[in-house]
Amino acid sequence: MKIKTKIKEFVEQSREWTESFSDMSEKRDLPRERVRREEHMVDRLMEEKAGHMGLLKWRRLYLVLATVCAVTLIVVLLTTVAMLPVFGEHHEYMDTVAQYYIDHALEETGAMNIVAGMILDYRAFDTLGESFVLFTALNCVLILLRRDFQEEYRLHDYYDLTRDPILRRVGMVVIPCVVSFGVYVMLNGHLSPGGGFSGGAIFGAGLIFLSLAFGDDFAARLVSEKLFKGVAAVALGFYCLAKGYSFFTGANHLESGISLGTPGSIFSSGLILPLNVAVGFVVTLTMYGIYRMFRRGSFK
Amino acid sequence: MRNLINNYEEVFAIVLFGIGFVTLLFHQNLIKKIIGLNIMDTGLYLFLASMGYIYGGDAPIYAENAGFYINPVPAGLVLTGIVVSVSVTAIMLSLSVRLYKRYGTLNLDEIYLEARNKINER
Amino acid sequence: MEIFKLILLLLLVVCAVCATLSKRLLVSVIIFMAYSLVMSIVWILLESPDLAITEAAVGAGVSGILFLMTLKKIHRTEIETEDEDQD
Repeated sequence: MKIKTKIKEFVEQSREWTESFSDMSEKRDLPRERVRREEHMVDRLMEEKAGHMGLLKWRRLYLVLATVCAVTLIVVLLTTVAMLPVFGEHHEYMDTVAQYYIDHALEETGAMNIVAGMILDYRAFDTLGESFVLFTALNCVLILLRRDFQEEYRLHDYYDLTRDPILRRVGMVVIPCVVSFGVYVMLNGHLSPGGGFSGGAIFGAGLIFLSLAFGDDFAARLVSEKLFKGVAAVALGFYCLAKGYSFFTGANHLESGISLGTPGSIFSSGLILPLNVAVGFVVTLTMYGIYRMFRRGSFK
Repeated sequence: MRNLINNYEEVFAIVLFGIGFVTLLFHQNLIKKIIGLNIMDTGLYLFLASMGYIYGGDAPIYAENAGFYINPVPAGLVLTGIVVSVSVTAIMLSLSVRLYKRYGTLNLDEIYLEARNKINER
Repeated sequence: MEIFKLILLLLLVVCAVCATLSKRLLVSVIIFMAYSLVMSIVWILLESPDLAITEAAVGAGVSGILFLMTLKKIHRTEIETEDEDQD
């Protein structure tokens, strides 16, 4: 009996502890069902003495370890910051690479935007890998959330906003602006701030808005699965070909054979413009595809 | 100590990183954990970008009457990092959706106990 | 300008703490979106317009939408399991 009462006390303590420490958020967000189920759960926990005792011990150990970890990490990082050079001053030894980029980027890559010249010319392989990271992430989400598209959708499966007149009206005005701004940022990546990543994210956000305001069916007709696959394959394949040629020609990135043009005009800086568009489309498709997976679980 | 005040921007970045880390460690809710990881990400980006900042420097875009530019290397790093962090967030969210579908809760302890029960039932 | 930056940084810390401590998940997601917007203004003050554009589109737009969709999906799956129980 004594052991039983002790265990009860332990459970009470642990409940108080978790409530005060973590959150009631789920309980508040969800209706009574949830709370009842949790109470039921606690009853079942009582039956599971050994497991619960183990969990309690583990939680205490975890609390101590986590506190030690967090405090140590923050103290170490703050000590490092105290030894760093002063914020906002120029340091020769820190900026040799950056100085090279600033001095030579315009003549070697032809891009007005040094960052674009850096990530799409000097370090283009890095960006290639990164666009594949994005594509892999999209595939992971697709594996995790895709559902069999032959099964019927039930009514409460997704939330329909298309009858909302405010959203539709606002969407009619805003969506063309957002999409054209995204395309502008994508195409002007080598001249002005922006580039493939920013433009693609804006374009993707515009597509998501379109699909929210005018319904998933409309968006699915606009961006079908076939188009999705085709554009993704073409964009990634083009990037691979454009930057993979150096494997065959002897690892020389900078000489692409394409004239750099006059800096400042839209058709300049060699491969940066088409690469920006390719990266932009990959980012767009990733954002839009992830949204579709979360929304419906298929492209249809 | 004086250096900490001079480098206040980096100190703020570390504080944000710490807040994210504590959220990640001490919250039981998976969505809160993901928000904490995102805050950690942004703190790290703020740290990198403030390492490259130079007082009075211009944005790294060539202009006729620009004096000198800030360091473009951290900007390039962070630009790729922001987009990757979104895709990582998407993967984590879809994993937690799957966990919720299976166990009916987002609390890590409850998920652990449920999983134990399922194994014991077998 | 320096004071403005300091205020923004303080706002960042406040937003992060609020997103951590708020009881409801919906509230903390919305505070996180506000945090991203403040962050994009900080990027402009740090002279990186590229980052500002990307952060505004990605942090406040897309990832916020993903969080909200997840919350929506979680409540929806609740309904589904209830249906199955009734069956």
